[in-house]
Amino acid sequence: MNDVDSYFCAGDAPGFGGISMADYWGLNVRYTDTTETGGSSYLAHVGHAAAAIAARKCHVALITLAGKPRTGGQQAGRSGASSDAPEAAFESQWGSNVPNMYAQAAARHMYEYGTTSAQLAMIKVVASQHASHNPNAFLRNEVTVQEVLDSPMVADPLHRLDCCVVTDGGGALIVVSPEVARSLTQPERAVNVLGHGEALKHSNNGRIDLTHTGAVWSGPAAFAEARVTPKDIQYASIYDSFTITVLETLEDLGFCEKGSGGRFVESGALMARGGSLPFNTDGGGLSNNHPGNRGGMTKVIEAVRQLRGEAHPEVQVANCELALAHGTGGNLGTRSGSATLILGRS
Amino acid sequence: MAGLVRTGVSGLPVRKVEPTLETQAFWDATATGKLLLPQCNDCSAIIWYPKEFCPACTSQHISWIESTGNGVIYSFSITRKGIGAWVDIAPYVVAYVELDEGPRVLTNIVGCSVDDVAIGMAVKVVFDDTGEGMAIYRFTPR
Repeated sequence: MNDVDSYFCAGDAPGFGGISMADYWGLNVRYTDTTETGGSSYLAHVGHAAAAIAARKCHVALITLAGKPRTGGQQAGRSGASSDAPEAAFESQWGSNVPNMYAQAAARHMYEYGTTSAQLAMIKVVASQHASHNPNAFLRNEVTVQEVLDSPMVADPLHRLDCCVVTDGGGALIVVSPEVARSLTQPERAVNVLGHGEALKHSNNGRIDLTHTGAVWSGPAAFAEARVTPKDIQYASIYDSFTITVLETLEDLGFCEKGSGGRFVESGALMARGGSLPFNTDGGGLSNNHPGNRGGMTKVIEAVRQLRGEAHPEVQVANCELALAHGTGGNLGTRSGSATLILGRS
Repeated sequence: MAGLVRTGVSGLPVRKVEPTLETQAFWDATATGKLLLPQCNDCSAIIWYPKEFCPACTSQHISWIESTGNGVIYSFSITRKGIGAWVDIAPYVVAYVELDEGPRVLTNIVGCSVDDVAIGMAVKVVFDDTGEGMAIYRFTPR
């Protein structure tokens, strides 16, 4: 902790945010960033930390997340608008909540592209298979497509098993300069930040398009910086607040054509064994953990495990050298943040 | 935030609205059954949600036009389990209605079975009185 010279956190940090946490830990912080883009914040923080380190503003960055929505009374289902937000009067009258707004994205995607509930269910099925190997997963039971379709409808067309879990949890990341990385006792366990992109997607002056996420902007920026393409990616952590979040993001990042996400996931592409793009091998937010209602931290952590070769043997991608992690925060039905990282084995 | 909640003629909750300097004219018009939209005097963009400048061209020269109140459903969801004032209301429909003037407006679809709602359905505005002169806009099949 004595080496930490910069601190990054988001809206989950209590009290005065970064100031309170620096005080709690006794950190000597000389650079800080409290970018708040919901669940995507922590991926953005990695990019911001890497940029600050490259500019020699700091050398050892700490990024944290923690939250207790399951036991601490933090609401998971509220929509994002606080009463003083300029949009609040026009969005808070309708009984909207997080599931029914994401559901509208799913409904429109189905309408435009013929995506089916069974195709969305396949995303949960694969996540549950991966979670069955994770002793820490909140839900370790494998489910079938039929079980997803038979689970209670929360907000048509999203069933309960299309939704992520509500769990307590947290995580931390350290981003360091190349010089510091070389001085580590196990330098081979560090991974390289090769590319970063981020974007804010909003309602576009009342012309919202519910069929895509901000990954259409953050993805290309990250791929360009890393000088790789979607075909090069061996493992992907894809934000999975809901199954539809995954489907749209896969299309937006270029892993398949726009509108073909349903067929892509139906083919088993996301499976750790035999899939062309193994995803969320920890079980993701759908089955493992969605700490603090913010899944971005765990997305980075599992990508790092894959690159280190430290994922569970049943889901470890062979010779994993290039991984992607993507976060979506806020609400896909109104306004949201996106952040994409490309990470490489050192 | 909670404010007073009453039940509108639609059967759905209606909460008091709190106009701001930017939105006073919009809410005042709802008392007379009019749905107003801000339009940019310089680039003609129709603005949503109501604000006193144009996000398309940054102009601050804005006029109000009256919407026809007609539109089609862009997307919707039937909520099976509500929260707060909505806990006993489900099932109900939250939708985006694309007005004839362009904006996609978040709202409820009322006056029909939730099972009859479909994307592309033609709808028209109806108003639910807040009990304080102003009303909130909902939409019903036309």
